[in-house]
Amino acid sequence: MTQADFSTILPLTLLTVWACVLLLVDLFIPNTHKGITALLAALGLALTLGFTLAQIGVQQTGLNGMIMLDGFSTFVSALLLVSGLLGVALAYGYVRRMGIERGEYYTLLLFSVTGMMLMAQAADLIVVFLALELLSFPLYVLAAFARPKIESEEAGLKYFLLGAFSTGFVVYGTALVFGATGSTNLAAIVAFASPGTSNLLLLSIGAALILVGFGFKVAAVPFHMWTPDVYQGAPSAVTAFMSSGAKIAGFAALLRVFATAFPSIAVDMTGILWALAALTMILGNVIAIAQTNIKRLLAYSSIAHAGYILMAFVPYGNPDVAPVSIAAGLFYLVAYALTNFGAWGVVIALEKGTGKGLELNDYAGLARKHPALAAAMTVFMLSLIGLPPTLGLVGKIYLFRAVIDGGFYGLAVIGVLTSLVSAYYYLRVVVIMYMRDGEPETEHESFLDLTTMATAIATVVISLVPQFLFAWASSAVLKLF
Amino acid sequence: MEFLLQPLTLLTFFPLVGILVLFFIPSERKDVLRWTALIVSLITFGLSIWVLTMFNASNPDLQLLAQYDWIQVAGWNIQYYLAVDGLSILLVLLTTFLTPISILSTWTAVEERVKDFMLFFLLLEIGMLGVFLAQDLFLFYIFWEFTLVPMYFLIGIWGGPRRIYAAIKFFLYTMAGSILMLLAILWLGIYGGTFSVPDLIAQGNIPANIQWWLFLAFTAAFAIKVPMWPLHSWLPDAHVEAPTAGSVILAGVMLKLGTYGFLRFNIPLFPEAAVRAAPWIALFATIGIIYGAAVSYAQADVKKLVAYSSVSHLGFVMLGLFALNSQGMQGAILQMINHGLSTGALFLLVGMIYEQTHTRELKVYGGLWKVTPIFGTIMLIVALSSMGLPGLNGFVGEFAILLGAFGSRAIGNAWFAAISALGVIMAAVYILYMFQKMFLGPQGEVVDEVKNHGHGLRDLNWREIAIMVPILILIFWIGLYPKPFFDLMAPAVDQLVASISSVAMR
Repeated sequence: MTQADFSTILPLTLLTVWACVLLLVDLFIPNTHKGITALLAALGLALTLGFTLAQIGVQQTGLNGMIMLDGFSTFVSALLLVSGLLGVALAYGYVRRMGIERGEYYTLLLFSVTGMMLMAQAADLIVVFLALELLSFPLYVLAAFARPKIESEEAGLKYFLLGAFSTGFVVYGTALVFGATGSTNLAAIVAFASPGTSNLLLLSIGAALILVGFGFKVAAVPFHMWTPDVYQGAPSAVTAFMSSGAKIAGFAALLRVFATAFPSIAVDMTGILWALAALTMILGNVIAIAQTNIKRLLAYSSIAHAGYILMAFVPYGNPDVAPVSIAAGLFYLVAYALTNFGAWGVVIALEKGTGKGLELNDYAGLARKHPALAAAMTVFMLSLIGLPPTLGLVGKIYLFRAVIDGGFYGLAVIGVLTSLVSAYYYLRVVVIMYMRDGEPETEHESFLDLTTMATAIATVVISLVPQFLFAWASSAVLKLF
Repeated sequence: MEFLLQPLTLLTFFPLVGILVLFFIPSERKDVLRWTALIVSLITFGLSIWVLTMFNASNPDLQLLAQYDWIQVAGWNIQYYLAVDGLSILLVLLTTFLTPISILSTWTAVEERVKDFMLFFLLLEIGMLGVFLAQDLFLFYIFWEFTLVPMYFLIGIWGGPRRIYAAIKFFLYTMAGSILMLLAILWLGIYGGTFSVPDLIAQGNIPANIQWWLFLAFTAAFAIKVPMWPLHSWLPDAHVEAPTAGSVILAGVMLKLGTYGFLRFNIPLFPEAAVRAAPWIALFATIGIIYGAAVSYAQADVKKLVAYSSVSHLGFVMLGLFALNSQGMQGAILQMINHGLSTGALFLLVGMIYEQTHTRELKVYGGLWKVTPIFGTIMLIVALSSMGLPGLNGFVGEFAILLGAFGSRAIGNAWFAAISALGVIMAAVYILYMFQKMFLGPQGEVVDEVKNHGHGLRDLNWREIAIMVPILILIFWIGLYPKPFFDLMAPAVDQLVASISSVAMR
């Protein structure tokens, strides 16, 4: 193992070791002080974030080309680590209030983040598979963390069964790709595929199966069926982390695999991706209209947003547009993650220990009783619609620019029209908060309030000065090629 | 940070100062909140007058530029770019003029959540000023969409019984158009390598068939906002349900965002498409004029009557704009101001009487003239102004528009102007009908009913008169001596007309 190998996996190693040690340390922390575990987990994430940021600009491969460290992986890892931190902050008071405060929660979360980061760094389909399993298993457990609550157990089991099923697709696709090209290494796949020596049909089928597998993970239609049930049943803090983290990781893997390994079959893939994106946007947004439970509403919203991010993939075969479109995808992931965590933060603030407080009508009168919380929720809703002055608008504009640049006008029109549909149900939340009377009860926990307010402010402020994020996202992509 | 000190930046974002101050005033201190908002909006008006003194009317180009790089990374070329010219200066003044008046009109009408109301109102002013001043399409779009949010809250929280329905309808209708415009803006930005409107106009080499599609996308946004027939159905709901101050701003300023959009973006950016579309726009404008007037006459609700009259009046503005000649366009710009003044005043007056009687049904009114003579007099002047009586402001604008439309080469058919002229007569019908029902004839039951409750219908008080006087002064001023107003816009309009004819009417 060379020094380069070591530095390539340094943040990963740090976080893994930290998680293992935390598992042991947690045994000695009394049950009444499990908050310490949370703080230690946050410290680990923050340290890893520091190392990751220090690696900005580094580009190298390690472990015989299995793992890659480049601008793309650094960007995604940093985003994942921030998501992890936000996930810990949201869980801190929530698990205590729900009576599910156990130290494993944070260890599992750390392992999951490790898996997600490994996904971003994977340069080999085998590593992709490994990362997929590493990120998924802790999530299966976390989804069922509120046992013996039946909904939570159901969510965990459902997520596990469908997750395992979808992983099967990834494995089978990997096998077919290996059969077609004789390698699982992304660089080698390109080398085999481009001269036309390989079996392109087999490669296409393999790529399509991998797409199906990840389609499950990112909740793209028609592989989305599990999403509302799992998001609703899982503890809200887990859902918040899962809906952002798993999506980021899944899209990172898709972006990496497709842009590096499969440009040669872009002709076949573009149509499929187009249809997936369009279907996901339409179905996610339309079904969300009928929801009356905030968790289900956000679940369908998360499906819809998977569709918007999928739009970034459609022009991936066009070398002029691909860098823009991938940068747009990354940027949108940041916008989505921030907004999503904030919105879930508000959900958590209103959720009661008994599982009440999750209906839309429970938000009535929030603007009078807790103006700051209602204003924050309004910012998140505007951001999810894509209205100024929020990051969601800037992200959507970036996405649409990539799609228009690629010449997919039809998809762009579907994208904006579904945004219009989404305005209806997001605004309904605002209507209920501001225009109906009620006596909502909220929980005030310092970390929760901090997270909600910080994400709300960031959503607005970064939208006004997005330069650094633009620059970072686009440089992250240039090094991918 | 130099851009913060630019006059136009100061003007646009000054209400933000008020918003910050409002945050620190406790919600119970309603009068302090009202005064703060009023003073801030008056200072904003003062700033706009200051801008006017620095404005050189003989210069047809953009002036007082505040132009700075904003997002210049990753292939984006977006500027923070505010500027004013003859096309927009009057609309900026109209905005800053109507805002304090509207705030003053809420003194007794808004008792609930005063703080929030004032916050949203000042936010709305920022958005509207930004729309009129932004010269970068990206910046413009942000302001444009942003205006939706505070207005949505104003209608939805302080509106009438069907306010939530009206607010959402308003929001979705307007957003439907503007998202199509967003795609066109992005296309332009990619094609031209910049979002700066003057630069894009200067490049001006967009192929004709693409111009047509872009023109349609922009039209989708602006035609809904105007609103042009047949996209007007959000307007009566929004106007009727909105609180008085909201209706005033909605009719007075927000509808002009649409017509201004045509003037600033559609016509100069896509001149060939504009010439091609002119007869169609004229057709829809004419239908709107007649339809709006006819439907107004059929209303039983005063506020609805005034709301539908907007459809008719804005039809005139569109007709004048797409005459694509100097007379028509100048008339259209002036008519935007006129409509803002007289329809704004009508909504204010309707709101004042509604505050006392809590009904807007025409049939319960009657004989108010005897009870409330000051109110009646002011209403008569405003009504006459709205129907275009010579000597008052409405006449000047409509006359110029009809003159322009009559001789327009772009419209190419004098019939549109001829039929539209009928709209002026129909305006007299529905306006006088309303006036007669409310003020003349036997005393309506509303007068008795109020008497029965022990306190008679009072006439306007000093605050209400103070609200109306500035508007009345402008109504007479524009009607009797419109030259200073035309002088402000004429060079810019002439330059625009010249550039269109050089490109598109060869």
